[in-house]
Amino acid sequence: MFGTAIIVFREVLEAAIIIGIVAAATRDVPGRGRWISSGLLLGLLGSALVASFTGRISEFASGMGQELFNALILGVAVLMLAWHNIWMASHGAELAANARKVGKAIHDGVSTAPVLLAVIGIAVLREGSETVLFLYGIATSQQVDGSTLLLGGAIGVVAGTTVGYTLYKGLLRIPLRWFFSATSLLVLLLAAGMASQAAHFLIQADLIPGLVTPLWDTSAVLSEQSILGRVLHSLIGYDASPAGMQLVFYVATLVTIAAGMKLVNTNKPNKSQLKTAS
Amino acid sequence: MKHFFTLTLLLPLLAFAADDEITIIIKNHRFEPSELTVPAGKKIKLVVENKDATPEEFESHALNREKVIAGNGKTTIYIGPLSAGSYPFYGEFNEATAKGTITAK
Repeated sequence: MFGTAIIVFREVLEAAIIIGIVAAATRDVPGRGRWISSGLLLGLLGSALVASFTGRISEFASGMGQELFNALILGVAVLMLAWHNIWMASHGAELAANARKVGKAIHDGVSTAPVLLAVIGIAVLREGSETVLFLYGIATSQQVDGSTLLLGGAIGVVAGTTVGYTLYKGLLRIPLRWFFSATSLLVLLLAAGMASQAAHFLIQADLIPGLVTPLWDTSAVLSEQSILGRVLHSLIGYDASPAGMQLVFYVATLVTIAAGMKLVNTNKPNKSQLKTAS
Repeated sequence: MKHFFTLTLLLPLLAFAADDEITIIIKNHRFEPSELTVPAGKKIKLVVENKDATPEEFESHALNREKVIAGNGKTTIYIGPLSAGSYPFYGEFNEATAKGTITAK
């Protein structure tokens, strides 16, 4: 039971961290609860679907279907997060200055709610399908009985969710003045980490070169399997022994999104800032 | 989606790459062989065949690889180039029995 709880916890933790950050970053989006729960639901349905088609997905593209699939959905998540951040940057001044007008601003403008749905759905889908397969494997092959399995799984889900919720609550306590910079930075690092993971899958599929493998090896100092390593992996894309190409993807994503945010911020006429300056 | 198709079009090119190919079988939640030796400094094509009815996840922190293999399924994992040394791997879904080591020389 303990083993089951730990494995489920590891998977849930990663999704919970992503959801915690994205949920905090979009706290003023109207109707957010509905978007989050739809994302969760779609992610769970997708998990079951992906788990049951694992064989098919694997066979696709000469056995590289899994890697392509993972790289593809990670790529979508990176684009979504990039869009969210750049959009937020272009509305950042209003948001920071007057939280009450914000709801309306977001309502009138292009809402980033679909981003919420997609990113949460993808996070749940990726971690969920692995959990489903793992539990299915245990249930069919091992001596563990159903109730023990369920209990272990439930403990893992509750523990992981608690971490995500604590992170979310903690982020909400950040003073409004710094809130958007803080959450934008977290989302930025999240996106860069996902881009690095996408590169990892493409290297594993031999579709792009790894360049230097590994670029460094810090597994003795901070293993990716440790809780801290796992948390850092989710938060900033920590990899104990990454390939050089992963760093290229990481930095390129970081720079591109940051440049995009800067661009919309400086391109914008300072009307809104003037209005709210008094 | 477009890029996805472009990528799949490129896949036949992989067939021309002269990689060292090694097959591992999973049976009764064990790897066969569990001890493998591969040349160092070369990219290796690892073919993992799962003869069990349940899925397994090939995982190795040392190799930085992780991949699910469906029950009665078969998959390919590219590893390396590796520097000389030993690289343990295991099956995450059956950690108690599914263990092995790849040695690069």
